[in-house]
Amino acid sequence: MSNDGVNHGRRRFLIATTSVGGGIGAVGVAVPFVKSWTPSEKAKAAGAPAKADISKIEPGAMITVAWRGKPVYIVRRTDESIALLDSLNDRLKDPANDNKDQQPAYADNVARSRKPEVAVIEGVCTHLGCAPKYHPEVKPEPFDTEWKGGFFCPCHGSRFDLAGRVFSGSPAAANLKVPPHSYLDENTLIIGVDEENS
Amino acid sequence: MSKFQAFMDWVDHRLPVTVTFEKHMSKYYAPKNFNFWYFFGVFSMLMLANQILTGVWLTMSYTPTAEGAFASVEYIMRDVQLGWLIRYMHSTGASFFFIVVYMHMFRGLMYGSYQKPRELIWIFGMFIYLMLMAEAFMGYVLPWGQMSYWGAQVIISLFGAIPVIGGDLVEWIRGDFLISGITLNRFFALHVIALPLVIVALVVLHILALHEVGSNNPDGIDIKKHKDEEGRPLDGVPFHPYYTVHDLVGIVVFLFVFCAVLFFAPEGGGYFLEKPNFEEANGLKTPEHIAPVWYFGAFYTILRAWTIDLPFLSSQLGGVILMGAAIAILFVLPWLDRSPVRSWRYKGWITRINLVIFSLFFILLTWLGTQPASGLYQILGQVGTFVYFAWFITLPIISSKEKTKPVPERVPG
Repeated sequence: MSNDGVNHGRRRFLIATTSVGGGIGAVGVAVPFVKSWTPSEKAKAAGAPAKADISKIEPGAMITVAWRGKPVYIVRRTDESIALLDSLNDRLKDPANDNKDQQPAYADNVARSRKPEVAVIEGVCTHLGCAPKYHPEVKPEPFDTEWKGGFFCPCHGSRFDLAGRVFSGSPAAANLKVPPHSYLDENTLIIGVDEENS
Repeated sequence: MSKFQAFMDWVDHRLPVTVTFEKHMSKYYAPKNFNFWYFFGVFSMLMLANQILTGVWLTMSYTPTAEGAFASVEYIMRDVQLGWLIRYMHSTGASFFFIVVYMHMFRGLMYGSYQKPRELIWIFGMFIYLMLMAEAFMGYVLPWGQMSYWGAQVIISLFGAIPVIGGDLVEWIRGDFLISGITLNRFFALHVIALPLVIVALVVLHILALHEVGSNNPDGIDIKKHKDEEGRPLDGVPFHPYYTVHDLVGIVVFLFVFCAVLFFAPEGGGYFLEKPNFEEANGLKTPEHIAPVWYFGAFYTILRAWTIDLPFLSSQLGGVILMGAAIAILFVLPWLDRSPVRSWRYKGWITRINLVIFSLFFILLTWLGTQPASGLYQILGQVGTFVYFAWFITLPIISSKEKTKPVPERVPG
């Protein structure tokens, strides 16, 4: 209590509690503004599965399908390229699929797919999101003199093999993602659904 | 008393118009020895006004949706009366804005304009620079061309490198699971309203802080030390009319250059508007070579310079940290320079040569950012990144050890 009739202790207490109360209010007001930036219900609903007819893909060829706006690469691998996959292990960052987020459990194998001859890979570079380019030929490339076929990202030079596994020395740290996918029948692939008839 | 004087008296009793004009214009004493480099502040203001004016006009014909954006820009370019001119004034203006801002910053480095007591001016300036980069990045997304889309994809993905929250943060910025019309629409809102407001506010703070301490000059002399009996600096002249008229001459010459580029090379040979951006955004196909617009080049090169993976630091996160540090270190420059003198005219040879090397490497980094990073370019980018940081890190030692020349009391000549 001071002698000028002002209770400074009470004044300080009231200023502090009012400020804290106002601060909590300000945080509360921020909630709708922050929340409104998260994906809308419409954006969430837009992730419908994509179907692809794979009967017309020649061995060694690739088609691109849009799923959730992202490119998904479907490659029919040749027997030679499947045989090559095992030989690349010591040049890869994650040859054994240790990063389990990058593929569903049923694709946790050497070819990273349900069927070894059909690769289903998201065409989104795990570095900064560009779409890697398909370079299937086994021949020396400017970016790799011992190229055995795979994907090369033009943006920052990340290299991936035909199973989407990242080569050492690439800026990307993780293998390309294998999206959830399944077969409706022999020739129809559905991307975005894990199990048949689900 | 004239009618005008009577009117001004009436206003001045209600709003301090005359006092404010005197404080910032007719009785603001600027050093009389300003040289060529002191034009770039006013040029920056001019370009800001140009961007706001042309920007407002562009919004009148632009559609901020994924379906309509690209076509609406084509509509502006082909069908809107003189729309092409307004659009090129805006897009070429953006590059000129960065050119004059870089010159303005270089002036500050030469003459120590960030040194005590002008640290806050420098910091506000750096915030303006940072906001301008955000503004330019978002503006470049709006035409919804291939470079708009994939540039945004790469830059927003950078935030994904942040541990733990990265993935959610990227989704929050995009408002979608990929770059989409939702992202475009919010960038439009930020580009035309939020960031311009912030930039204008920062410019006001930049100038208020400048007028509080007074302008520096090429000799780094404190003109407030010697005043006449009425308190006016002996080596200063009133900003108005002396520098307002002087700046008008500079503005005329500058506009000649600006118009020459605007009318004869508005796309700057693919550096101001990159060629892939004349193709509509396609989320399934990345252009052969993704490069930022030239003014981001230096920081993009620094981002790409880190290529090794460490156990707890991927090359991706390493690059992002390097780039963040390259911008952050600019903010602390006033405390890195320990020299007792401001202007490089009175500093030693090492400081002068270092600044020239630093600036040349910054230009090299800028150019490398527009080129693919492979082979020699990659190594040059890493050398340039090293030089960039080395300049800042060695500055405290060199500036405190180096012998300086005595600064004259009064402006020479």
